[in-house]
Amino acid sequence: MVTAHIRTRNLNLYFAQNHVLHNITMSIHTHKITAMIGPSGCGKSSLLRCFNRMNDLIPSARVEGSIYLNDEDIYSSKANVPQIRTKVGMVFQKPNPFPKSIYNNVAYGPKIQGKISKSEINDIVEKSLQGAWLWDEVKDRLHSPAMALSGGQQQRLCIARALANGPAILLLDEPTSALDPQSTAKIEELCLALKDQVTILIVTHNIAQAGRISDYIAFMYLGDLVEFGESSEVFTVPKDPRTEAYLTGVFG
Amino acid sequence: MNLRKIYSVSGRFSMSLLFIFTTLMLFIFLGSIFSKGYKVLSWEFISAAPRAGMTEGGIFPAIVGTFWLTLISMLIALPLGILCAIYLYSYGKPLWFVNAVKLSINTLAGIPSIIYGLFGMAIFVNMLSLDVSLISGALTLSVLALPLIINTAEEALQSVPKDFSEASIALGAQKSTTIIRVLLPSALPNILTGAIISIGRVAGETAPIMFTAATFYSRKLPASLGDEVMALPYHIFALMTEGSKADKQEPIAYGSALVLLTMVLGISFFAIAIRYRMRRNKQW
Amino acid sequence: MHAKERAFVAITHTAALFSLTAVFGIIYSIFREGIPLFDIVPLSEVLFGNDWYPTHAEAPQFGILNLFAGSLLVTLGALIIAIPLGLGSAIFISEIASPKLKEIAKPVLELLAAIPSVVYGLFGMVVLAPFVRELFDLSTGLNLLSSSIILGLMVLPIISSMSEDALANVAKQLREASLALGATSWETITKVVIPAARRGIVGSILQGFGRAIGETMVVLMVAGGSAQIPKSIFESIRPLTSTIAAEMGETVVGDLHYRSLFAIACLLFIITLITNLSAELIFFKRNKK
Repeated sequence: MVTAHIRTRNLNLYFAQNHVLHNITMSIHTHKITAMIGPSGCGKSSLLRCFNRMNDLIPSARVEGSIYLNDEDIYSSKANVPQIRTKVGMVFQKPNPFPKSIYNNVAYGPKIQGKISKSEINDIVEKSLQGAWLWDEVKDRLHSPAMALSGGQQQRLCIARALANGPAILLLDEPTSALDPQSTAKIEELCLALKDQVTILIVTHNIAQAGRISDYIAFMYLGDLVEFGESSEVFTVPKDPRTEAYLTGVFG
Repeated sequence: MNLRKIYSVSGRFSMSLLFIFTTLMLFIFLGSIFSKGYKVLSWEFISAAPRAGMTEGGIFPAIVGTFWLTLISMLIALPLGILCAIYLYSYGKPLWFVNAVKLSINTLAGIPSIIYGLFGMAIFVNMLSLDVSLISGALTLSVLALPLIINTAEEALQSVPKDFSEASIALGAQKSTTIIRVLLPSALPNILTGAIISIGRVAGETAPIMFTAATFYSRKLPASLGDEVMALPYHIFALMTEGSKADKQEPIAYGSALVLLTMVLGISFFAIAIRYRMRRNKQW
Repeated sequence: MHAKERAFVAITHTAALFSLTAVFGIIYSIFREGIPLFDIVPLSEVLFGNDWYPTHAEAPQFGILNLFAGSLLVTLGALIIAIPLGLGSAIFISEIASPKLKEIAKPVLELLAAIPSVVYGLFGMVVLAPFVRELFDLSTGLNLLSSSIILGLMVLPIISSMSEDALANVAKQLREASLALGATSWETITKVVIPAARRGIVGSILQGFGRAIGETMVVLMVAGGSAQIPKSIFESIRPLTSTIAAEMGETVVGDLHYRSLFAIACLLFIITLITNLSAELIFFKRNKK
């Protein structure tokens, strides 16, 4: 897996006239898990989607500022957006496997990147499924429909699918909010295991989850990056009163 | 309360009566075609050419003509229609163009079939000098089928959950890749249903081919795109209005109608059956 | 990769352009052949003249009023039959029928919409017309009455399936609210469901009108063919569409008769365009709700 440094500088996001993200500057530490937390509507998901330019799909969205992936601005006019998305993978809140076989789901990324050697693709599929802790459960039915899997398995499949592209960074948008507690626990453990391979940026509205797995916390409030620091510090001695208020449950 | 209840019961009853009456009329309609046409059906009827001034023999050339007209018009209209639907669904800009296209499609859908026939005659037969021929008829029919295919294909694309496209984009796929590898395969069954219904429609049309392709009697089967063709719907019409020996030709018309009806209803039934199966096997 | 995307965009845009081209092609061809008629024969004479004698050697007449009346009358007749039967069937299927019956009835109606018009025409000519002739002791059964019945039968599935869609789209909560207030089911249907679905129902009737007035084969085979305004429903008529179909074969490309038939097509096009746009507007408003 690749190492890459990702950071934002003066990032502003507008949805038509709505100024949704205000001047976000932050640097994500490699091979660590950074959790973005904050109350509903604070902009954490919108910020996450800036990192792989998924906000481009919204017609009214406009970005000012930069996000540097290895010192190259992904928002420059010369940027190759599909390429960027292979380096910055994403897993969504609701598991969204394709209505294809398990194998073809994971193989999708490599195939569209032009890989044609069957053995190479088989290799990637196996490694990705192993990396997502799904291999043992599906290795005998790789060509059965992905949508027949349980919710937790589907989400791990989506993680495997993203890993198959060999990304440097994995963006997780509330990946367990639609899952049961057991599946949630499994995915949390998986994240801890994966961070040696990929940098993980996770949005979660579950403070306890953030506490369990993250190395760094980014606290967002009404479009501002209020506080950013090591989890141990932010949780015990938050610098901003708003952070403290959120962590102690004054607002949800 | 009693009066209201009486109203209610009689109201519902009268609706049931209307429905029963409708079904009855349709049974009589289809029943007469079936019973009169059935008498004429035979292997010879379907496989042989007409003889003795259309009073004997079979209708094989008409079946062949209808087959070719339908096949070629579909070969033209299907790719065009699906690509247009993809444009409308995925690339909706610029807005004025999209609205113009949508208006065009709606207009096309409402144009009477005789006007298609005149259009085909003026443009394909006369202006492009293609003459009354298979290709003129097929081109005319393809324009007729276009709005139907576009509308069903667009609906099919819209019924695919957006999650799939989103996942594909997030994996670094281009728009065209997403459309070809994810969207189209998922929408294909519904697109197919629409295509099949169009086939049924095209096979049964008379007015568009009256002045562009059809002839009452042709000695040989169509050998090239430039040949005139016999066609089932036109054959039925011509037998009833142009022929001179009504008592012999009427049964042939019935037989032809039965064959045509079987083709068209068989195709439509097939489409509905596919759609039913797909709804049950739906993965999402 | 970018080249492939660009190519795909170009292909899809071109395909979309085709539909624009097709419409303009149709409009152009019809009007190009038809408008020149009015250089020779004044528009008012065509629109309001009663006499249609296009083949008269010395003084051909191109008055389409009788033909237009024929179209309107047979369409009206068709709707008189199709609306009660179609709407009644729609109400039955949507509100009264059991789910099992519904599952059969809906596809059956769809199948009916697929029957080719020439088959309707055949039935009209060979079964209905003789029946009407016997029943009313006429010289021929090919007249306004017979053609209205067959045309109505043809248009019925359109009205029925579109109305049924509209009725089915009415939210279940509305029905429940009405019943919970003590209304009978028939009162619910007439006072709540049908009003809620009225836009879709009106739209379906407009579509039926457009289909009926534009239909050729049925009226060509069953309406009789005499270009007069009928004094009773037992007389034969000749609508605009069958005039075009019946006479086009007798014309020479470019002569006055030829042009007059294209002129009729222009009128027909305008009528169906207006009908279509009205139906669109009604549907559009409904969707906005």
